[in-house]
Amino acid sequence: MYSIQLFIEGLSNYNFLQTALITSILVGIMSGIIGSFIILRGMSLMGDAISHAVLPGVAVAYMLGFNLLLGASIFGILAALLIGVVTLKSKLKNDTAIGIVFSSFFALGFILISLAESTTNLHHILFGNVLAVSDSDLITTAIVFSIVLVFVVTFYKELLITSFDNTFAKAYGLKTQIMHYALMLVLTLVTVTALQTVGIILIVAMLITPAATAYLLTNRMSHMMIVAAIFSVISSVVGLYLSFTFNWASGPAIVLTAAIFFAFAFIFSPKQNIIFKNKS
Amino acid sequence: MIKVRDMTVVYDRQPIFTNLSVQFEPNAITGIIGPNGAGKSTMIKGILGLINKQNGIVTMHGKPIEQQLKKIAYVEQRANLDLSFPINVFDTVLTGTYPNLGLFNIPDIKEKKLVTKALSDVKLSEFSQRQIGELSGGQLQRVFVARAIVQNADVIILDEPFVGIDMKSEADIMRILKQWRDMGKTIIVVHHDLNKVTTYFDKLVIVNRGIAAYGATSAVFTKENITSAFSGDLSSILFENEEENHV
Repeated sequence: MYSIQLFIEGLSNYNFLQTALITSILVGIMSGIIGSFIILRGMSLMGDAISHAVLPGVAVAYMLGFNLLLGASIFGILAALLIGVVTLKSKLKNDTAIGIVFSSFFALGFILISLAESTTNLHHILFGNVLAVSDSDLITTAIVFSIVLVFVVTFYKELLITSFDNTFAKAYGLKTQIMHYALMLVLTLVTVTALQTVGIILIVAMLITPAATAYLLTNRMSHMMIVAAIFSVISSVVGLYLSFTFNWASGPAIVLTAAIFFAFAFIFSPKQNIIFKNKS
Repeated sequence: MIKVRDMTVVYDRQPIFTNLSVQFEPNAITGIIGPNGAGKSTMIKGILGLINKQNGIVTMHGKPIEQQLKKIAYVEQRANLDLSFPINVFDTVLTGTYPNLGLFNIPDIKEKKLVTKALSDVKLSEFSQRQIGELSGGQLQRVFVARAIVQNADVIILDEPFVGIDMKSEADIMRILKQWRDMGKTIIVVHHDLNKVTTYFDKLVIVNRGIAAYGATSAVFTKENITSAFSGDLSSILFENEEENHV
């Protein structure tokens, strides 16, 4: 209990902790919402791929001194396009194309980062350090947060139908490929912000674990997105507390908290029906 | 009316059809039959532009079909759908209003009223809040017919709608197809059960890697056509039964 009191006192005293908290909450909401689409579209692996594939973009932006978002977006979309091309133009299945493209991008990014900077920074990029978020990072996160909200609210209908019944959407003339790449672009933006809290390697967990938890507990896509955002925010805040108190890396702390919520939902969800199987 | 001229579809470097031409008339229910692998669903997908055409033009009301896709309701085979998606019956039918709403508009009271009416037409009012994964095959098929009702399309295309569904659902769906026909719509049904061809369809297209025959059902559904598209054994069983029925 004393540590919680210290955490709350820390929040009122330290600017860096306030910035970390707000960043965690914003990233939590975004990743819960976008993660819901990722799992409903059966794209968990794609989410993992895009989040890893932004690494060279981050490195190049760092080396040349331009905005991280721009660098990451270019490489994120490039990876999504390449995966699309390899799948379409070869006999390979989609997951193979994803595996090849994202591991190559990640490897390239790893080398670029090693060339550019010290290992401390690389560690932060890989595993996140929410306690080191600067005010300008927070502004970037807030901008991405607005973009994500506007995107989802504006195109909710199109996101729903392309996730649920893509053939129907195509048949009535909706440009489903544009929807796909727009979602991939938004995903790369979320990835860049989530990089600060959980780091590149664990971003996929932020995208899919809270959304999967919500999936087990809800029956409608809109509810799922809200519940996913809530679980994601709680995990982020609890993870931040653990990181502050025990000096753990923020990424693993947040991801493990989210995994514990998932485990409870998995065991107790009526949809999953593990506990109540024999009684119903 | 849908007109297909010289459509060629190639899949995996194998031509499925070469220069296929056919037309579908309004005020009629047209059945598409053919043996497995004949390309029935592929033909539909080619017409709708869901797969690439190597060649050919498809028009609807005299204009390219690509400009009028909103006026076509397509009910694909149920097996292709993710039934664990978190959506209920009402919201599924509501997606039928999306084509006419266009971008940036959201369904309002008017659209919701259409859904309520359509659910009552297919006798599913009491299932409105049910998850789609909890429905029987027949109920699910009726949900997609209800979605086609709210879309208010001129052309309705159903791919194998009667596979694995109960008799009552089949009868309910047929009743709605006939209503649509009497409203002047063009109805196209990919079908596999040869027994009901003469009672269900006004016109018939027999497909076997191309158009084997098409026209009024009475003219096309003959022993000769079935023998050449399917097999002699099948057609003798089929037409023997029919002769007995007539006696």
